Amino acid sequence: MSDPEILALEGVSKLFPGVRALSDVTLRLFAGQVTALIGENGAGKSTLVKILTGIYQPDGGRILLDGAEVHFPTAQHAAAAGITAIHQETVLFDDLSVAENIFLGHAPRTRFGLIDTAAMMERSGAILRDIGATFDPGLKLHDLGIAKKHLVAIARALSVDARVVVMDEPTAALSHKEITELYDLVDQLKAQGKAILFISHKFDEIFRIADRYTVFRDGQFVGEGAMDDVDQGALVQMMVGRPVDQIFPKRERLAGTEVLRVAGYDHPTEFADINFALHRGEILGFYGLVGAGRSEFMQALFGITKPSKGAVRIDGKVRVLRSPAEAVAAGIVYVPEDRGAQGTIRALPIFQNVTLPSLHVTSHNGFLRLAEEFRLARQYTERLDLRAASLDQAVGNLSGGNQQKVVIAKWLATRPKVIILDEPTKGIDIGSKAAVHEFMAELAAEGLAVIMVSSEIPEILGMSDRVIVMREGRIVAELDGDGLTPETLVRHAAGIGEDP
Amino acid sequence: MSISERHIPDRLKSPLETRLKSWESLLLLVAVAIFVLNSFASPYFLNAWNLSDATFNFTEKAMIAFAMALLIVSGEIDLSVAAIIALASTAMGAAAQVGMGPVPLTLIGLGVGLACGAFNGALVTGLGLPSIVVTIGTMSLFRGISYIVLGDGAYGGYPAGFAVFGQGYVWWVITWEMVFFTVLAVGFGVLLHKTNFGRAVYAIGNNPTAAMFSGIRVGRVKFILFLLTGLMSGVAAICLTSRLGSTRPSIAFGMELEVVTMVVLGGVSILGGSGTIPGVVIAAFVMGLVTFGLGLLNVPGIVMSILIGCLLIGVIALPRLWSKWRA
Repeated sequence: MSDPEILALEGVSKLFPGVRALSDVTLRLFAGQVTALIGENGAGKSTLVKILTGIYQPDGGRILLDGAEVHFPTAQHAAAAGITAIHQETVLFDDLSVAENIFLGHAPRTRFGLIDTAAMMERSGAILRDIGATFDPGLKLHDLGIAKKHLVAIARALSVDARVVVMDEPTAALSHKEITELYDLVDQLKAQGKAILFISHKFDEIFRIADRYTVFRDGQFVGEGAMDDVDQGALVQMMVGRPVDQIFPKRERLAGTEVLRVAGYDHPTEFADINFALHRGEILGFYGLVGAGRSEFMQALFGITKPSKGAVRIDGKVRVLRSPAEAVAAGIVYVPEDRGAQGTIRALPIFQNVTLPSLHVTSHNGFLRLAEEFRLARQYTERLDLRAASLDQAVGNLSGGNQQKVVIAKWLATRPKVIILDEPTKGIDIGSKAAVHEFMAELAAEGLAVIMVSSEIPEILGMSDRVIVMREGRIVAELDGDGLTPETLVRHAAGIGEDP
Repeated sequence: MSISERHIPDRLKSPLETRLKSWESLLLLVAVAIFVLNSFASPYFLNAWNLSDATFNFTEKAMIAFAMALLIVSGEIDLSVAAIIALASTAMGAAAQVGMGPVPLTLIGLGVGLACGAFNGALVTGLGLPSIVVTIGTMSLFRGISYIVLGDGAYGGYPAGFAVFGQGYVWWVITWEMVFFTVLAVGFGVLLHKTNFGRAVYAIGNNPTAAMFSGIRVGRVKFILFLLTGLMSGVAAICLTSRLGSTRPSIAFGMELEVVTMVVLGGVSILGGSGTIPGVVIAAFVMGLVTFGLGLLNVPGIVMSILIGCLLIGVIALPRLWSKWRA
């Protein structure tokens, strides 16, 4: 390695009450190289990012910048030292313009000390062009989709003269095309000699983009090295401490009776003419690019938004679904993509989250029966192998994968006929991912009808009996058997013709 | 399939331990301290009849505070409660002028309260307007109607039987208002802490989106809470009108802030999502004891409200300062 070491962490530890989040960890970042930080959820990756960016203070160890020890008592100190981070859930301001978001806190000034709007717009435009974004920096942020917001976050990180760029799952919200653009951007940053720390759960992109890896497990440093010297199996083994086969659970395809039929579902703006049937014991995948209208349709099916026309039959009977309450009563439940905002009530204990839609079962004449609630919550959380200290622990304290298990347990406890899972394994660690997949297979085997919205091709291919592809709010293909290949999926989703 | 025999305990801490470390316990200590201080400060404090009189300082406000607590836990607020009292009292006064008896008067008071609550609830849940704005508006609207009807005048001449609510004693020093207070405290405590409805209130206050996504009818629950708050304002209007024996349009002026103070002092988060009825009950006693004690010491009313304000900020700030100082 001829590239100079820019940043190093030596023996860094961080304690929280009752938890040792990081214990004596090492990390080295080199100029012009991408270092992938790999570990399951709860391995201490986020804590490390917060220490690097001055949000947390380490309880032990040293941070070396160009070989000299530094301290980052605040986020401003870390930014001044040239360390910038692009987080999974970026904090941006919806009512400010793109340019204002990019330069908030370090806007160019006129000689009277006022913000130099013209310079700010010009420089924002230049940065956006650099990263291949074509939209106007004068737009308000709330007019942009999630993927474009992400580009704004990246532009913001680049607007300070950064030497170290931390990317915490930057592709989680991006579509296939945007991910490719992000890779180009990372290559550019490398060429400029920046040191990049890249955190991701997706192995294909780690192998595509990283030069080196560092693995953490349970807050401890496990190993590091060059990507050329390892394979996927070795990395997974380092992560989980045991060999894990990344094979999806094998299942028999059941030919059950029809449980759900959607006919002619239309929405003024989001989707049009959705028709399909779903059978007992079937896993139906919904594939498409971000913004193809999959989640919007699912939310209409769950009664959150209203379709302008269309009909739903459940077990042959026409049902009107005007609210989630009616959908749940009809046997349709929905596990949303946005766990934090829509799936869980973070401050409430696990058992109350689980029993919330089932209170009519656990209660007696409208009065709560806590013993019944604990019994029901235990039955389903243990079945999902939830990792928690106790059932009255607040859900917000659980890891992402375990929060997802709470949401799924909540819906299984209502004994639904159809369960809709919207990006069920997004942002959760590989161990929890396998558990969710295994569980989906188990549910289907018991006769539940499963709809899975996913943007991950391996997951779609590995789990679905049948796949519906959506593009721009319409169903463009229905694939199964031999017709179901990665190429056909991507082609239909992107609208590319049959012949290459 | 991976079915492990992992066992998750229901609870780590015992309910008793959680309760001892709660806000309510701290507030109870404050209440006891004020009681002891008062009994040293004035020889007239430890007198059954004086103490009985002192309960009027808080019983009417507390009746509204119970319903308001649920509303604030759900993430909404109603600042029009004192104005509802004015409107309900004016309506009862007008009815008394044409010779109606105690029973129709009571029904009118309750009806006006319910109607005002329904109006607030419809604006907030039906049109999706923020409750703080809606109820500041209806605060002026409801009291404005009273001013138009009464102007500088006042209604008096309530029938003799009507006096029982605000002036009657059940037994010895126990007033009817104390009985209402107790029954309502238990009723609202059970509603918030022991029923499905109460659980929904907490869920909505913590995350209305996730509550809706969990199949809770958020609009309906909030509408019922506005109805209940209106109804309790009607009950308070009956008690207050009966006790005063007359109605002026300025009746209960500014009471909404004292009600909100009581709720917040009781440990209900103004941001919604947490708080208990026992906390509000203790807060009612604390506020009642402070006002009564200071009254015995001839402290003027304006100084009293300054002290109540300081008490509120102090009691809210202390735990935060304490944890900061320890960290």
